[in-house]
Formats: sequence, structure tokens, C-alpha cells
Amino acid sequence: MGKRKEPTDLPERREVSFTLLKGFFIFILFTLVLTFPVRAQEITVSAAISLKEAFAEIGKSFEAGQKGTRVQFNLGASGDLVRQILAGAPVDVFASAGLKEMDELEQKGFTAPGTRMNFAGNTVVLAVPTASTLRLEGFSDLTRKEVKKIAIGNPQTVPAGRYAEQVLRGLQLWEPLKDKLVFAENVRQVLDYVARGEVDAGLVYATDALTRARDLKKVLPAPEGSHSPVVYPIAAVKGTKNEGLARAFIAWVISSEGKNILERYGFKTLAEKK
Amino acid sequence: MSGEVWFSLRLSLQVAFLATWFIVIIGVAVGYLLARKNFPGRDLVDILFTLPLVLPPTVTGYYLIILFGRNGWLGKTLYAWTGWSLMFTWYAAVLASFVVALPLMVRTTRAAIESIDPNLILASYTLGRSELETLWKVVLPLARRGIIAGTVLSFARAMGEFGATLMLAGNIPGKTNTLPLTIYTLAGSGDWPKAQGVVLLLTAVSGVFLYLANRTSRKIW
Repeated sequence: MGKRKEPTDLPERREVSFTLLKGFFIFILFTLVLTFPVRAQEITVSAAISLKEAFAEIGKSFEAGQKGTRVQFNLGASGDLVRQILAGAPVDVFASAGLKEMDELEQKGFTAPGTRMNFAGNTVVLAVPTASTLRLEGFSDLTRKEVKKIAIGNPQTVPAGRYAEQVLRGLQLWEPLKDKLVFAENVRQVLDYVARGEVDAGLVYATDALTRARDLKKVLPAPEGSHSPVVYPIAAVKGTKNEGLARAFIAWVISSEGKNILERYGFKTLAEKK
Repeated sequence: MSGEVWFSLRLSLQVAFLATWFIVIIGVAVGYLLARKNFPGRDLVDILFTLPLVLPPTVTGYYLIILFGRNGWLGKTLYAWTGWSLMFTWYAAVLASFVVALPLMVRTTRAAIESIDPNLILASYTLGRSELETLWKVVLPLARRGIIAGTVLSFARAMGEFGATLMLAGNIPGKTNTLPLTIYTLAGSGDWPKAQGVVLLLTAVSGVFLYLANRTSRKIW
């Protein structure tokens, strides 16, 4: 019996290792299938977060026009998005809420030549939450004692924060209000702080205020010329494997279809080549 | 190192010390209750005081905003009475650090107390000591190693708190920007050399604290 058992021992073990091997191959096969790009074409668009709703719709209509294409959005403060691209993020198109960010990207050689355009404009407003019991009628009311906290974007990375700083400095309010300022990581966070009533007021874009109009009691436009014009530039990122598609997307944004969508969300449109 | 960095360091230490102070008091009390007492809802308390350890700090931050935000359950009343809101102040950073680091204290204290020979505690009772005296003279001295370990861990965790702090206290230069937040801002704006400096500073400070804590606990006990 002992003699008969020993020889069967080896094949059995071999069988086990075969099963293991088979399992392993099936696992590898599944991994390959699952990670294999199902869609042939996909582009990633890093866009200023103020463009969120408008770009979501533009992306949908672009996908509808280009069968099998998918547009992936990466939204955030323009300054943060530039940092990501400079650090090598696989992005095909960059749409910024400020010229400074796009300039930096261009100067460092990260934009595809001849693709940069300005496509939209915006204005800065002071938003006051519905929950507020304060009667704020203008920017100068912000210095009142009852106004405790005012949110703006972090001027270092958030273009809206930079414009907000210009507005406050222009109105000689920066120094008196300095201690009340709360810096947010992007303009939608400012809007959220205001809408939730965590702060007494905040500076956002006119288009942002439209997205949560119900939560805002008052939306006061910044005085004409108190900030440099809010211009949105767009460009393809240099070295993208999808430059054709990136160019097509930019063309779609500045097409009459794209303009219509942007205008519906409150943006001013312009399409000048830079 | 510039003035802002020193401010951040001072703020971080201030927040961590204050948070740890409350953590030691509350943490030891809760750890003792969980280790020695049986009361209805004990499991619930256990879960409640452990959750912040496993939840992402952003989730903890979300709950804290629901509770302490200007329109939160407690925050609303506080604001109505005093016109003051916790949000975006450095006290909010203390609260965030406190809640996130508390489970470390509760769990280590509880484990330390549970590992004490129960006969020693019973002997103390038999010899006529009240529960409070027994706690002070028998339980805590025997559990001191666990309590010290918990304190050091909580302090280190409080120093490094980021997620809940960012949500609750914001990232306000000169007010609520603790070291982790300063690193985040510097890296976000591309100032890597300065970020590196602050990273090394935070690493060094944490390392020194752990070393001192190890040494003190060895020396005293």
C-alpha cells in the first residue's frame, strides 16, 4: 500500500500546481480584459471649476457629435490644475479662469502651439447668504462690525481669489477687511461657504451665483473696472496623444453650439485667436 | 525659515497640546468606563469612540460641520446666543484634532486597564478603598504605560491632523494654517523648496517628541 501511495503523490501535486497555474492565467486574462481601454478615444479636460455645469453640457454635446469619444473632466482651482499638468498629469486640454495660469503653462512650454484661445468672460460679484440677517447693500458695508467672516478664493491658486483681492484693494477695503477673510481652495468652496451661511459674504463669479441662487439673498456686482477682466483661455496640452481630439474639443467650445451653452450658464463669450 | 512657518509651528504645537490635554482627561475616563463597567449602550459608546479612527478625517469633518457649523445643530444655538461661530477659528482645529486623535487614547487606555490583574482591584476594595481611590492609587498607576503610550500617539496624531482641520478651520494664513496645511498650500502653489523645509521641520519635531516621550517614560518608570 505504501508503495502504491508514493507514486500517486507526485502527479497529484502536479495537478494542484496546474490548477493554480490555470487560475493564475485566468486571473491575468481578466486583468488584461478589464484594464484594456474599451473606448478607443478618451480625452481629459482640466477645467476651472467655475466652468463645471457649462462644460459638462458641452462635453455631452461633443460626445454626441463624435461617436465613441468620451470626455473626462478634472475640475479644480486653475492654479492647482497648472501644478498637476506641470507635474506630468495626463491631461489633453486645459481651460483656465485666469490668464496668469495659462501664461505660466505656455511659458514653460506645456501648451501645444497654435491651440490657445480666449473663449469666455465673467464678472465678480459679492454673494450674501439667504440665512443672513445682515442688511448688506454694498461692498463698503463689509467693514461693519457685525460682518465677521468673508470668504474669497486663495489668491495664490484661485483666479477668483486674485480678482477678489483686486476688487478689495481697489476699493481700499483689503487692509480693513484682512482679519475677516477666509481663504477657500477654489471658487465653488467660497460659494459653498456662503450658501451654507458659514460666512457672512463671499466673492465669487456671477455664473457661480446663478448655480445656487436659492441659497443667496443678494448678489452685488463688483464696481466696473475694479478688477482686471475675467477671461477664460483654453489650450491643448503639449505632448498629448490625442491632439486631434483635443483640437476638436476646443473648436467645439468656441463653435456657436458651445457659445450657446456658455451663454445659457451666464458666461460672456468671445472667440479671438491669441 | 520665515515668520509664517514659525507661526504654523507654534499653532500646531498649541493645537496639539490643547487637544491632547482634553484627550487625556476624556480618553482615560472613557477607557476606564469601557474596561471596567457594564452599562446599556456600551457597545454603541465603544463604536462611537472608535469610528474616527477608521473613518476618513473628511467624514469626521463633515459630521463636525453638521454639529458645529454656523447652521449646525449645536453651532446654530451657540451662534444665536453669542454671535460667535467655531468655524474658521483655531479652536476648530483643536476640536478636529481632539475628535480624530481621541480613539487612540481610549483604545490604549482600555487595553492597559483590562490587562491589570482584577484581583488587585478587588483587594483594594476589600481593604476598604473607594472606587475613586482605587482608580487613583491602583488602576491608573498600573495602567500608566498604556496611558503614556496613548498620550504620545494622540499628540502625534493631533500634530498631523489635516482633513477634518481643513474642513472645519479652513486654511487661513496667520490664523488656522497649521504645519500640515502650510505644506499643502506650499505644494499646491508649486513652492517645493519651501515645502521641503516645512516637511523636514515637521518630521524633526515629531521625531524629537517621540524620542523625548520614550526617554521620559523609561526614566520615570
